[in-house]
Amino acid sequence: MRGTLSDRTGAALLMAPLLLFLVLAYAWPFLGVVKWSFTLPTPGLGQYGALVSDPLVQSVFIRTLRIAAIVTVVSVTAAYAITVVWVRGSPVQRVLAEFCILVPFWISVLTRAFGWVALLSNRGLINTWLQSIGFISEPLTLVRNEFGVVVGMTHFLIPFAVFPLASAMRSLDERVLLAARGLGSSRMRTFWTVFVPMTRSGIIGSALIVFVFSLGFFVTPAILGGGRSVMIAELIYLRIFQSPDWGLGAAISVVLVIFVGALMALLFRHVRPRQLV
Amino acid sequence: MQQPGRAAEIKANGIGKSFGSFRALDDLTLDIGRGEFLTLLGPSGSGKTTFLMILAGFVQPSEGRLFSDGADITDRPAEQRAAGMVFQGYALFPHMSVEQNIAFPLKVRKKTAAEIKLRVGEMIERVGLRGHEKKLPAQLSGGQQQRVALARALVFEPGVLLLDEPFSALDKSLRGQMQAEMKRLHQETGTTFVFVTHDQSEALALSSRVAIFNHGKLLQVGRPDEVYDRPANRFVAEFLGEINMLPVKGVRPADNGATGLCEDRAVNMRCKAEEIKGDAILAIRPEHMSIAPEAAAGENGIAATAIGSTYLGAATKLDLTTRQGAKVTVSVPNEVAAAALSKGNSVWLTWPAEKGFLLPEGGQ
Repeated sequence: MRGTLSDRTGAALLMAPLLLFLVLAYAWPFLGVVKWSFTLPTPGLGQYGALVSDPLVQSVFIRTLRIAAIVTVVSVTAAYAITVVWVRGSPVQRVLAEFCILVPFWISVLTRAFGWVALLSNRGLINTWLQSIGFISEPLTLVRNEFGVVVGMTHFLIPFAVFPLASAMRSLDERVLLAARGLGSSRMRTFWTVFVPMTRSGIIGSALIVFVFSLGFFVTPAILGGGRSVMIAELIYLRIFQSPDWGLGAAISVVLVIFVGALMALLFRHVRPRQLV
Repeated sequence: MQQPGRAAEIKANGIGKSFGSFRALDDLTLDIGRGEFLTLLGPSGSGKTTFLMILAGFVQPSEGRLFSDGADITDRPAEQRAAGMVFQGYALFPHMSVEQNIAFPLKVRKKTAAEIKLRVGEMIERVGLRGHEKKLPAQLSGGQQQRVALARALVFEPGVLLLDEPFSALDKSLRGQMQAEMKRLHQETGTTFVFVTHDQSEALALSSRVAIFNHGKLLQVGRPDEVYDRPANRFVAEFLGEINMLPVKGVRPADNGATGLCEDRAVNMRCKAEEIKGDAILAIRPEHMSIAPEAAAGENGIAATAIGSTYLGAATKLDLTTRQGAKVTVSVPNEVAAAALSKGNSVWLTWPAEKGFLLPEGGQ
């Protein structure tokens, strides 16, 4: 039984204010953005044409996709390791992992970005330390480039990657792992041939979430990229507040929303929303 | 368990296991013979599954040693023992096809592709899964999944096959079918089978020997007819099936056993000399008692009144009360039960002397 009719009506009523808020504060204004994309500066499909022909817009799109892809691979891999410890480790390991997953949530994204600048800049902790032990003579360029952006974004996104993985690992039937070992499979082999394939839905969910989030990042690339690694969100901001080229900014927004919407649809075909938290 | 193709002989020596303050298994000493079909029987929490997990190597005993073919394997990890194991719920690899599931233990053992193909093919044939090779476990019925689990556990010719309540999820008719199939596989492979169940009829039907557990203790081990006909104590007697218990007084040695007074009538029973000690409990299985108009002199019999019946198809279960108020159940032909009830008056319960035995308390 999934709940009675009155349960569902009750749930719908409880969710109504949130839905109303989303329509008024998000969907309605967005319709205005859609309208701009077809009307500014002149009515027609001109902005979408420019979007295809503008090499700058294209390079930002490609960079965004590339960074999102790298961040996805790195985040999901790291999150997988952390989640294994969190879900299957000893009690002490579990507490430590939980701490590492939850603490970043309590610190604002801005603070974390500046924290990474302090660590990664030419005269930051890492370069100073590597120079002092004589490992390098010139400081490494770790920030104000794509590397810095990837580091900052990965750090932000790992906790989001953890939850779908944890859900998949928790629902796994322990006896299947025992069966593999009982049939002669080493722990390593069991991990790669049984455990990882059985958490496939978690990996897909995790990757899609991280990828979708990555596409919309604004603060982290703006600070850690130092204007040299502009991503889509920052480009939209520049077009609207600095150029001002509202029509093109609006067209990029519309394309981004459609793309993200398609990815979300794909996500929910693979995982139930319940698994993501 | 290390030599493929050869049935293992296992010795458990003083095995015990505690989980915190809970004593799951206590001082278990048991020899499992080469190629035997041993059933571990008991209610849940009796220690039977714990012992199976210790045999598989998934649980480390708190004390005692375990030997396989003379070698001490107590500290050997599960993956190196490689006992075949069929889990409750089968534990098939959900992401692998039937073929891949069965091939798994062979791949782990780095067999050549040709050998794997050959042996998996043979195994699929043997368990009757031809035509289902490419299917995933989720696409199979419960009985078919069971067959995959058996095939996967037997394909690498383990010295012992461990089965943890493998039929608990199957309906009754399929259960019977799978039991017959397992018996056939046992004969064909000649491997040692250790089978866990809480179903006594399954245990009696399948095993060469039955080991009965309760509260972490092994109470009795023996052939099905031995444990059924001569249970070591009251728990075993009751767990294996219905049993009537009548108080007997003044038990003393007699020809072929002992004699005593049951409801003021002399009755004879078979028993060992050390079991004779004054007052005792006489136990008789319902199907060993019959209804008679009267008991001849020297025949075992007591008077009783029929009070109710349960029709079972092939026979009727008749409930009676003796003159001194003991409740007795007998299993008799339907027309005998009807006659006993219609008379509404007293009948005689009789039984052959060799079917009655003295029952020590204990095991609860």
